[in-house]
Amino acid sequence: MSQKPPTDLQSPFRRKLLVGTAALSATALLSPGALAQQFPTAKINTTGLAVTDSEVTVGILHSVTGTMAISETGSVEAEKLAIEQINAQGGVLGRKIKFIQEDGGSDWPTFAEKAKKLLVNDKCASVMGCWTSASRKAVLPVFEQYNGMLYYPTFYEGLEQSKNVIYTGQEATQQILAGLDWVEKEKEAKTFYLLGSDYIWPRTSNKIARKHIENKLKLKVVGEEYFPLGHTQFNSVINKMKLVKPDVIYAIIVGGSNVAFYKQLKAAGIDLTKQTLMTISVTEDEIDGIGGENIVGAYACMKYFQSLDNPNNKTFVPAFKKMWGEKTVIGDVTQAAYLGPWLWKLTAEKAGSFDVDKIAAASPGVEFKGAPEGYVRIHENHHLWSKTRVGRARPDGQYEVVYETKDLMEPDPFPKGYQ
Amino acid sequence: MIFGYSFGDLGSILVMQGFAGLILFSVFVLMALGLAIIFGQMGVINMAHGEFMILGAYMTFLCSHLFQTYLPGLFGIYFFVAMMVAFLVSGALGLATEWLLIRHLYARPLDTLLATWGLSLIMQQAFRSIFGAREVGVELPPWMMGSLNVSDTIEVQINGLFVMGLTLMITAVVALLMFRSRWGLQVRAVVTNRVMSSAVGIDTRRIDRLTFGLGCGIAGVAGSAFTMIGSTSPSAGQLYIVDTFLVVVFGGAQSLLGTIASAFTISQSQSTLEFFMSGSNAKVLTLLIVIGMLMLRPQGLFVIKVRK
Repeated sequence: MSQKPPTDLQSPFRRKLLVGTAALSATALLSPGALAQQFPTAKINTTGLAVTDSEVTVGILHSVTGTMAISETGSVEAEKLAIEQINAQGGVLGRKIKFIQEDGGSDWPTFAEKAKKLLVNDKCASVMGCWTSASRKAVLPVFEQYNGMLYYPTFYEGLEQSKNVIYTGQEATQQILAGLDWVEKEKEAKTFYLLGSDYIWPRTSNKIARKHIENKLKLKVVGEEYFPLGHTQFNSVINKMKLVKPDVIYAIIVGGSNVAFYKQLKAAGIDLTKQTLMTISVTEDEIDGIGGENIVGAYACMKYFQSLDNPNNKTFVPAFKKMWGEKTVIGDVTQAAYLGPWLWKLTAEKAGSFDVDKIAAASPGVEFKGAPEGYVRIHENHHLWSKTRVGRARPDGQYEVVYETKDLMEPDPFPKGYQ
Repeated sequence: MIFGYSFGDLGSILVMQGFAGLILFSVFVLMALGLAIIFGQMGVINMAHGEFMILGAYMTFLCSHLFQTYLPGLFGIYFFVAMMVAFLVSGALGLATEWLLIRHLYARPLDTLLATWGLSLIMQQAFRSIFGAREVGVELPPWMMGSLNVSDTIEVQINGLFVMGLTLMITAVVALLMFRSRWGLQVRAVVTNRVMSSAVGIDTRRIDRLTFGLGCGIAGVAGSAFTMIGSTSPSAGQLYIVDTFLVVVFGGAQSLLGTIASAFTISQSQSTLEFFMSGSNAKVLTLLIVIGMLMLRPQGLFVIKVRK
């Protein structure tokens, strides 16, 4: 690494001087300052990150303009809330978190450019960001080249693992398998109709779902179809499903298409309180656009629902609403985004350092007991151990939790037998 | 038994598929009508067409809220009021756009393309700032949801019928305006020969402004109607714009009849193909058909002879 920090020490005298000034400014800051004194900047930051005696800089990199703003807004809000809460508790290693927010603009090359800016110019100690797999794939080489640390919040298709990324959402098997097992047992389902938007995440997820249905559960897939992103006409496939009459419709349709799909399903007289439909792509956020009355009765397989009944969530939801308005809803990804800053803080404290290499090495085993979803732990493969839950959509746009796995599900980004 | 389906099933599916195709046809016509008027009559390619539609959708969203809050008793009919509001607001913005932007660029058709594209970005971000980046849900009166049971196996969507009726009405009104009114006569005169029309005393600037306003207003109504079947979000207009252009270009830019014929061809082939193959493949095949036809007939299906 060519960027040597300015505080890199040339003489013992200078070291003393520096430590002295650090201590001087620290005493004025009371208890966090005392912590900062305990962790002198030169020691916890040996690679020239933007860390001072009182502040540490992180980046937030999401789309707040363009077509993805619709999804990423919640993530930005959750990350800002987490940072504010961490600062209120005294920050990380005695340093307040300062964030620099950049806009990916729903454009993948822009994501890569902004990631480089955050790492090279701003020297962010970590970055919370990205939403789509495409944007993550675009920034991954940047994070690996400049040795940054990315906390990525979205549930995604798996098939990836990097020293420079912590995946706080579920990879595909965590989201799919338990839900299918449940629907087989609970609904005595025999036949499945798989639907999806036409890109990598729905296709990979449906591939895993199909293998599980056919090879493990020994049941039947009676149809599998994909639609271009933004597709708004689903009448033909709805007719087809009426003809085939599958026990379960398994839908991974995303974005604006979702609204069209559920509205047309309802208009076509398919009542989701009678026809079992399971989705892994509709969170409370999406229901806001679809309208609760149009999706009531559908099952969603996630790790977090806003209605979860646990002490952590009972403080998280009001805090979120207080900061962002009474009407905001919190979906699965929003919660996962909230985990990012906290996991980074806990890891930095475990490592006693902001150095990216040390954070990456210390991450496995870090547990966050205050997670709104309950409890999470980072796996060796930089994904999270977390539970899988099934929720049923209520008319008010919230999910009622009907099932949760007893144990934490192990993340398995390269599942054997499912590829 | 064919493909494992019984004949009774197949019969009713045939009916419902036919109906699905007709709904798609109406949707396409409604989307394309506004654009066809502007593109066909003025030669202006309005890239912000989708955003004018979404403006109509947001007006519907506002109306549904206002009615729910202040006039809950009349919620059942709010949709008609919302469509009027959508027409007026989108139309007014269209007039303003023409006056501020488009009229300075008539001599530079490619620049109008760029200018209206810029306008579409501005409008998207304005929606985002005003209404928020998230999708908004437009609640419909209960009578508009659900379906009519024609027989045990045949069901007809009410909102589909509504869109069809609306399309029929608007098309009829536009056709009357174009071919039976004085204004329509002037529009057609301007299209055929601008210089000559202005020489005989037609106020071509006024005609242009009204035409643009009308096109945008119809886009607003279309957007309002689409809250029944699609999403309302700042960038949702982008979902419609490609299909819209496809219909207009395929139909032959200057012909209303062409637009209708092209909407019919594209919608029927798409909904039929979708039944026999996956949605993505159906789209690919539909586009291939359109490309093939355009190679044979570059001017589109119907062409009106225009003196250049």
